[in-house]
Amino acid sequence: MRLELVKRKQPSRAMLYLTPVFSVLLTMVFGATIFSLLGYDGPGAVWNIFFVPALDPNKWQDLGIKAAPLILIAIGLSVCFRANVWNIGAEGQYVIGGLAGTGVALATWQMEGWWILPLMCLAGVAGGMLYAAIPAFLKTKLNVNEILTSLMLTYVSVQLLYYLMRGPWKDPEGFNFPQSRMFTDSQMLPEIGNSFVHYGVPIAFLVALLAWFILSKTVFGFEIRVVGAAPNAARYGGFSRPRTIWASLLTAGGLAGFAGILEAAGPYGQMVPQFPTGYGFTAIIVAFLGRLHPVGIMLAAIILAISYVGGEIAQSSIGLPNAASGLFQAMMLFFLLATDILVNYRIRFSGVRSGGAA
Amino acid sequence: MNEAILIAILVTVVGAATPILLAGLGELVVEKAGVLNLGVEGMMLVGAVTGFAVTTITGATFLGIVAAGLAGAAASMIFGFLTLTLTANQVATGLALTIFGVGLSSLIGAGFVGQTVTVLGPLFPPALAEHEHLRILFGYDPVVYFSFAMTLVVAWFLRRTRAGLILRAVGENDASAHSIGYSVIGVRYMAVAFGGAMAGIGGCYYSLFLTPMWAERLTAGRGWIALALVVFAAWRPMRLLAGAYLFGVVMTLELHAKAAGFEYVPPEFLAAMPYLATIVVLALISLRKSVGAQAPACLGKPFKPST
Repeated sequence: MRLELVKRKQPSRAMLYLTPVFSVLLTMVFGATIFSLLGYDGPGAVWNIFFVPALDPNKWQDLGIKAAPLILIAIGLSVCFRANVWNIGAEGQYVIGGLAGTGVALATWQMEGWWILPLMCLAGVAGGMLYAAIPAFLKTKLNVNEILTSLMLTYVSVQLLYYLMRGPWKDPEGFNFPQSRMFTDSQMLPEIGNSFVHYGVPIAFLVALLAWFILSKTVFGFEIRVVGAAPNAARYGGFSRPRTIWASLLTAGGLAGFAGILEAAGPYGQMVPQFPTGYGFTAIIVAFLGRLHPVGIMLAAIILAISYVGGEIAQSSIGLPNAASGLFQAMMLFFLLATDILVNYRIRFSGVRSGGAA
Repeated sequence: MNEAILIAILVTVVGAATPILLAGLGELVVEKAGVLNLGVEGMMLVGAVTGFAVTTITGATFLGIVAAGLAGAAASMIFGFLTLTLTANQVATGLALTIFGVGLSSLIGAGFVGQTVTVLGPLFPPALAEHEHLRILFGYDPVVYFSFAMTLVVAWFLRRTRAGLILRAVGENDASAHSIGYSVIGVRYMAVAFGGAMAGIGGCYYSLFLTPMWAERLTAGRGWIALALVVFAAWRPMRLLAGAYLFGVVMTLELHAKAAGFEYVPPEFLAAMPYLATIVVLALISLRKSVGAQAPACLGKPFKPST
């Protein structure tokens, strides 16, 4: 018996939605095997990373907090990827957003008022947009590859963060630790009720719903899809490629910057050198696993948040290294890309034939 | 500035240039075959940790380097299987490979943090390698000379050999190459494996020679710079050599600035220089009209034979 790939007449919608589920299941099976081979408790690793956080209500708040930045960044990235703009510098846009908001916080230190927090958020969005404008400008004016420029800018943003923390923005009363002042009450995102969940979490889910509406019901959403899927048709239809590049990169930068300041004003409550934790890269996985669709992204962000929280649990419970959750996350993307072929092809099992065409 | 300092600077430049030259040469061949593998950083990290682990266990640096090359090639085969056999998107798969490489290398390396290895000495005998002047030419470890040799080999292979011609044909016009009977996918698999091996060896140069120890993400984005270098070199090996050394200078600015007494420049600014320089260089070369025409015509496009 042999396997054969037969092209489908039309892409399978069922497979489009099923393959992300397959990829998560395959990751669990392969992950358990690989970690067993490496000498760890493989099944235990999968149980801790994928199931414990989902089954333990005490961890749900944590899941929301981790999912929020992933959702915001991935929504922006999905707009880019749909338009075939490969922005992989969301991490940098996230850092610059956090820094811009922190700048406002430091400038409004010793001030009070309801307007401070919104101003910080605006600065965060603007910072992320400005940072994403650099690859957009280089791409549209000089045709410079946005993959490399956006990524290089991530490394630059981290150095800027280090410089500000060590130098100009260092807390003068911070015992010489390289970190900013603590934000004041008017600069911090409040928590909802008695929980640890800050208001950034519901905001992220609302943004996803809003994006769903915009992408499916407006001309802008249509334009993004057409320019990415059928560039020639888009040109005849009067949609300009440069405008789409600008729009998608500014959207992604703005949302990543917003995620940055929500994170700084929420869980951190100040700016620290450890601020970039890789959300901008994990969000790439979220965007793909969510099939570049806002609803899918919300679900995928929760799964990735589970793997983050689960990774921490596995670290303390079965001594799994910190890097394990990153490996599981990368495997999910690998398996998704591998099973992608099932959307356009179906597998046919055929019996042994005597000298038939291969 | 006296001669001793000048030589010291040159040595650091060679050190910085060698790994990106190796990784860049590999990626150049991959791209010439029409494949864009963005996983260079990930393969470098896998090579770095494997080379370090094997060297620590066996005590033989040579074995470590070979293992690093094999590990890089093995990692590249994941990319090859997904993009060549399953025709997955090359950009997304390359990114996945980098994320995977970061995770896998941290996992493997967790047991090796804090250990050190003995650095392999110069290739040539002390009479040459430690000579006051001649050490500019003869004072380096074998990997440095390997990188020079590979530059010549790749240049010769692509321009002068039949296999090189086929590889370029596959990258320029996959459909034609297929119709005259060449295995497009087979050629691309070999190119991808070569790229992986070179990235792996480039990666282990950090853990075995430059640092020399294992630390998470110790390649610090150099794999991405190697990718930019290929564009900068317009897919030509000799220009890649020049580019790698140009970047070698930029990457070691931090040290030069200290040596020259520029203490007031923030170190973070100097650390950001290679990345900023990459952006500036990419922008400058794009001003040349011909740059688009120099890229292999099938770069990044999946190939699926119709029959």
